[in-house]
Amino acid sequence: MFKIVKKEMLNPTICLLEIEAPFVARKAQPGQFIILRIDEKGERLPLTIGGYDREKGTVTIIFQLVGLTTQALAKMEVGDALLDFVGPLGKATELEGVKSACVIGGGLGTAIAYPVAKGFHDAGVETDVIVGFRNKDLVILEEEFKQACDNFYLMTDDGSYGEQGFTTAKEKQLLEAGKRYDVIIAIGPVPMMKFVVKTAQPYGVPCKVSLNPIMIDGTGMCGGCRVTVGGKMKFACVDGPEFDGYEVDFDELINRNNTYRDQERETEHSHMCRFDKLGQDLIK
Amino acid sequence: MANINMTPVKTPMPHQDPKVRARNFQEVALGYTEEMAIGEAKRCLNCKHRPCVSGCPVNVRIPDFIAKVAEGDFEGAYQVITDTNALPAISGRVCPQESQCESKCVRGIKGEPVAIGRLERFVADWHRTHAAEKIAKPQSNGHKVAVVGSGPSSLTCASDLAKLGYQVTVFEAFHVAGGVLVYGIPEFRLPKAIVQSEVDKLKAMGVEIMTNMVIGKVLSIDELMEEMGFEAVFIGTGAGLPRFMNIPGEGLAGVCSANEYLTRINLMKAYLEDYDTPVLKSKAVAVVGGGNVAMDACRCAQRLGAEKVYIVYRRGEAEMPARNEEIEHAKEEGIEFMNLCNPVEILGGVDENGKPTGRVAGCRCIRMELGEPDESGRRSPVEVPGSEFVLDVDTVVMALGTSPNPLIRSTTPGLETNRRGCLVVGEDTVSTTREGVFAGGDAVTGAATVIKAMGAGKKAAAAIDKYIQNK
Repeated sequence: MFKIVKKEMLNPTICLLEIEAPFVARKAQPGQFIILRIDEKGERLPLTIGGYDREKGTVTIIFQLVGLTTQALAKMEVGDALLDFVGPLGKATELEGVKSACVIGGGLGTAIAYPVAKGFHDAGVETDVIVGFRNKDLVILEEEFKQACDNFYLMTDDGSYGEQGFTTAKEKQLLEAGKRYDVIIAIGPVPMMKFVVKTAQPYGVPCKVSLNPIMIDGTGMCGGCRVTVGGKMKFACVDGPEFDGYEVDFDELINRNNTYRDQERETEHSHMCRFDKLGQDLIK
Repeated sequence: MANINMTPVKTPMPHQDPKVRARNFQEVALGYTEEMAIGEAKRCLNCKHRPCVSGCPVNVRIPDFIAKVAEGDFEGAYQVITDTNALPAISGRVCPQESQCESKCVRGIKGEPVAIGRLERFVADWHRTHAAEKIAKPQSNGHKVAVVGSGPSSLTCASDLAKLGYQVTVFEAFHVAGGVLVYGIPEFRLPKAIVQSEVDKLKAMGVEIMTNMVIGKVLSIDELMEEMGFEAVFIGTGAGLPRFMNIPGEGLAGVCSANEYLTRINLMKAYLEDYDTPVLKSKAVAVVGGGNVAMDACRCAQRLGAEKVYIVYRRGEAEMPARNEEIEHAKEEGIEFMNLCNPVEILGGVDENGKPTGRVAGCRCIRMELGEPDESGRRSPVEVPGSEFVLDVDTVVMALGTSPNPLIRSTTPGLETNRRGCLVVGEDTVSTTREGVFAGGDAVTGAATVIKAMGAGKKAAAAIDKYIQNK
């Protein structure tokens, strides 16, 4: 069992949990992910690692309350334990040879962008960070980011905080002003990543994207996470999760990620009933 | 032997009615009664030259155990089997006996062979329900061995080593031990409680099982050997990455590998209402392939409520690698076999406004015919020009085999693989190119059978014992 040692709601829909998982903490690196299962009947949920503390033996996960498992997860409290927690899986962010980087995070992706930015910054890479949120209330990790980069740009869609506009607007502005990076890493909703790449293209700046497709085992066995990269089939769990943004077939990915969407909406209701019942049983 | 039963055919196996079982996940074959088992055992001629034993990858002393069954000494029969086979309840259910032990049976020359598999299953089941087994923890010899993976080769290897006194730790990537026996083979063919009871037996023998441990990621082989004190490692990680066809439309929602489909159903129990894992709810399914995995996938689709389920296979039925019994069962349950057919494109649907839905709406196939035999001796299928047609399906499951997983080979210096990515082994078939590291099962051979993997696990256990004792 994997105990929750810290819980924090970063905003009304994004939750942070710090989990005791010494084996994972020992090896975790920026860009990698874990798979968890809450209980015996739960699904296997892949989440990118949001941070780790090797000495404490803990791993931080940050997730948005979007589906049935994430909602159940957010109902858990410090002292509760997850049944399964496996990782670190996937390849780590490539730091070698990078002297300057721009890390772009959108919405929840911001949480995953944080360890990547920190990884670069700690390695002495000149690091710019652009993060974007819908509005001021959804802003997360602002202080943490400021400590983990050279230049920090915060965007909101409605201009209620930071600068008004999408992350790509700032990206374009910087590139237009002559800024160049060894790599731009985009982490966030698939459409955002697609447009970060499109924005970078005219300037010839290398772009990487961190993908989070449908996945079960995380070790290359199921093929659920297959994505088309450069016309070839790749498995995000063993070949990724980071890929060359210019090569990824984003439209296919968006489509495949919707495979179980309708069904999840249907089951969400019955699922929450199960968890409520579980809660009531515990109270009894 | 006055008492030989000269009936030319096997004692029939009681089954769930096909119409009923095609909608449930309970076991299809119900097993012999004691009377049936004794009657069938008496069909054995107890031949002196014992041809059946040579057909068994783990050398079960078949005539000896059958003689015990004929006497009604079922526990004695169990002891004979488990001398050489640690997992009889499993092999009795999933072995392709028709191409192994039973293919060599003298009774098979004029009539049907003795139902060796059914008898093995009966004995194992009888033992499980009747014998109050007290498993003795063997005296430890102080040596530590790591077993990576927990499928049939690993469980066999762990069991044999534990019996010899080794301190064995099994590392499994999933949250539950059993490998393909739990994620791949469906409940209706191999109840998961049986696998669990075998795993529990190992635990009682002192084997430690660590789940959620992806070796190659969480720990490397080097760390196991250098930091954690394991003197030898057995790699039984199975076959790995599923193959796809590389045809247009494979990126549509509604296309998945058999591994994914079966894992959702078998391991994650997506067929049970109160489990959270979603699975494709399909009206019509095409399963591409002709092996056991394809049969498992199509029969699962049927049980999940699909109205129409097709097997699409590019060769003919005679060439199908699946066990005869699985093919027969699938047919009885109403699966439609489209043999000598091959998909060329998976078609996406459009909604009422003519917008693409991104979901499967059909599978364009082409008829095949068998041409000249290829290198393997099998006649290779060739397309019949102009014979294309569209199969009306909303789901396509690819059951085309797998290629080996790169996780361990890419993180273990000195471990060589061949051009197909399988681990290279020495003449003994289980020593890898790295000292102290042994391997077996699909990780070495590519996709094969449960019993071959068990045979390899057995061999590896003997080789590991020899290696450590001579060190």
